[in-house]
Amino acid sequence: MEAAAGGGCGSGPPLLLSEGEQQCYSELFARCAGAAAGGPGSGPPEAARAAPGAATAAAGPVADLFRASQLPAETLHQITELCGAKRVGYFGPTQFYVALKLIAAAQSGLPVRIESIQCELPLPRFMMSKTDGEIRFGNPAELHGTKMQIPYLITEKNTFKRMDDEDKQQETQSPTMSPLASPPSSPPHYQRVPLSHGYSKLRSSTEQMHPAPYDARQPLVQPEGASTGGPGAKPPRHQTSLIRSFSVEREPQDNNSNYPDEPWRITEEQREYYVNQFRSLQPDPSSFISGSVAKNFFTKSKLSIPELSYIWELSDADCDGALTLPEFCAAFHLIVARKNGYPLPEGLPPTLQPEYLQAAFPKPKWECALFDSYSESMPANQQPRDLNRMEKLSIKDMADFPVPIQDVTGDDKQALKNTVDEVLPKDMSEDPATPKDSNSLKARPRSRSYSSTSIEEAMKRGEDPPTPPPRPQKTHSRASSLDLNKVFQPSVPATKSGLLPPPPALPPRPCPSQDLPYSQPPSKPIRRKFRPENQATENQEPSTTVGGPASVAAAKPHPTVQKQSSKQKKAIQTAIRKNKEANAVLARLNSELQQQLKEVHQERIALENQLEQLRPVTVL
Amino acid sequence: MAVCVAVIAKENYPLYIRSVPTENELKFHYMVHTSLDVVDEKISAMGKALVDQRELYLGLLYPTEDYKVYGYVTNSRVKFVMVVDSSNTALRDNEIRSMFRKLHSSYTDVMCNPFYNPGDCIQSRAFDSMVTSMMIQVC
Repeated sequence: MEAAAGGGCGSGPPLLLSEGEQQCYSELFARCAGAAAGGPGSGPPEAARAAPGAATAAAGPVADLFRASQLPAETLHQITELCGAKRVGYFGPTQFYVALKLIAAAQSGLPVRIESIQCELPLPRFMMSKTDGEIRFGNPAELHGTKMQIPYLITEKNTFKRMDDEDKQQETQSPTMSPLASPPSSPPHYQRVPLSHGYSKLRSSTEQMHPAPYDARQPLVQPEGASTGGPGAKPPRHQTSLIRSFSVEREPQDNNSNYPDEPWRITEEQREYYVNQFRSLQPDPSSFISGSVAKNFFTKSKLSIPELSYIWELSDADCDGALTLPEFCAAFHLIVARKNGYPLPEGLPPTLQPEYLQAAFPKPKWECALFDSYSESMPANQQPRDLNRMEKLSIKDMADFPVPIQDVTGDDKQALKNTVDEVLPKDMSEDPATPKDSNSLKARPRSRSYSSTSIEEAMKRGEDPPTPPPRPQKTHSRASSLDLNKVFQPSVPATKSGLLPPPPALPPRPCPSQDLPYSQPPSKPIRRKFRPENQATENQEPSTTVGGPASVAAAKPHPTVQKQSSKQKKAIQTAIRKNKEANAVLARLNSELQQQLKEVHQERIALENQLEQLRPVTVL
Repeated sequence: MAVCVAVIAKENYPLYIRSVPTENELKFHYMVHTSLDVVDEKISAMGKALVDQRELYLGLLYPTEDYKVYGYVTNSRVKFVMVVDSSNTALRDNEIRSMFRKLHSSYTDVMCNPFYNPGDCIQSRAFDSMVTSMMIQVC
């Protein structure tokens, strides 16, 4: 079911809500709208403007609801902006649904961008009083403290496992959070953290853990008024959502550069995927993709041309009409974001700047090495699954993209989820449940900076004009020697020159092969400098015609000197023969070239004649 | 400083035209349209000579009592026309040239975009912002 995205919200494609989400959101909306009528009151001025009741939810209850989601204030502001409520000045159904979806995204650790909405997300969780115990919004969802776009998992199992993960994450996070928080009394863990989180004042009031039944993931949406109830300690389950909210908050802080734009940060798997796509278009990762190639590729994403044009404008930083690898990754990421509903930014986000991308992510080769080193526990098939999972959202939208769409089975997801952050697949090899995942996530870009210098060099090389395409084989006599040099490799029967077609394969020579039962053609490539192709054919012949005996004979060491000398003689004869053949070929080539030379001479003479004839005329 | 900026294609239809919104924009459109004749005249005057010899900057096309119209043509016969306020006496020729140069380079960037088909209207936000920076900010 689709939300009424057509409503006031001008951002992005319509929302796609699942049944559960639809129900949940409409309930919430109704509650907010209803409560608005009753008015908890302390709403921003928009509340006054908002049409009470029917079509909109007043900002006051909505604000309370949002706070109950335990997201940091900045995130809520972002959400409010993104959903368009600020723009239109009120929370219409569209804005509300978008906001809820964003809350769910933020709680899942996804960046707060419209792109997250397009994924399947768990329902947002609101820590409200437990009065609404029945209101369970099913899907526990993913808890991963990172901004991976994770498809929505529905299995309970995951939730349980998640809880464990989250607990552990929580523990790690709590120390980090503590400085932020104004942690009051209770046990160091989770409970405090939520309080401290973001809007501590409100949180403290709204904190109410859902005690019983729920395994921590089911968000409870409470009536706004009631939400401000409940102080008190939260059961561990609370952590999960807290952890999530923390992770959202932590990431920007943990990040070196403190970039707040979560959705514009390219994750490892996304990066890997983009690099692979780049390679499919342009094998050399340090070179760049031309505009037309990129245009064809991006057009498959089915975005409108003006949008693609704008994305290009954003990502092609040097405006040269071609995309280097970081530019390509940025463009691809923007496309993915757009497909997922995020509005395009006004300017290129700092995390998508080419310099940042180059520094943060080493060259693909190195990245692969890192991947290999990190992800021992992650089988190779999981990695594409990660990518696929990550891309699943976008894959749905970009069905035409040349993406190997593998349906990620629930089991896979579970396995992956169990091993924690998708964002840090590498960490899976380490302690899967390590709480330091987020930390190490941040650490990873830092640790990879060591390769930045060489990356920059590579990138610089890439930005240099691409190496000219290999020259077509020159058609002059000298080429023959060059070609022969190339042809040195015994296994490659290269053509001699552009003029000559490849020398016809030598007819099988029964005599030589028979005469050389003991010859070892494969062992004499060095001597046969000028006949590698013949050598190749010759090699094939003895091996095929003479077959067993020859090869066997060749393989056998020749004990007797006599045999060796005879072999050598045979070899010499073979060499002589081959040389003669090469001579013949060269002679042929020579004659042809001479012919051409004659023709060219004649042309030249004719032209000179013409010139002479014309000249007296023009002089006058 | 400019009151109106227009980019005209080779076939003399506008690719991009933008004016300071306070006034009657139609008047500016009309002025740009009439200035095309002058541009063509200037181009054809050097028609026999090689293109290299033609200056890209055409200079003042014609003055009216309120406005001055400057022209610039690229090697691919894409014309840039700029209308400036006559009262803006501080505006020197060099400044106009530099503004046209900026326009030209932004236009080149737009062309580099593979999704832009030559002949389409210019919808690049970068181009827009550059033009905005050149226009008078009249609220």
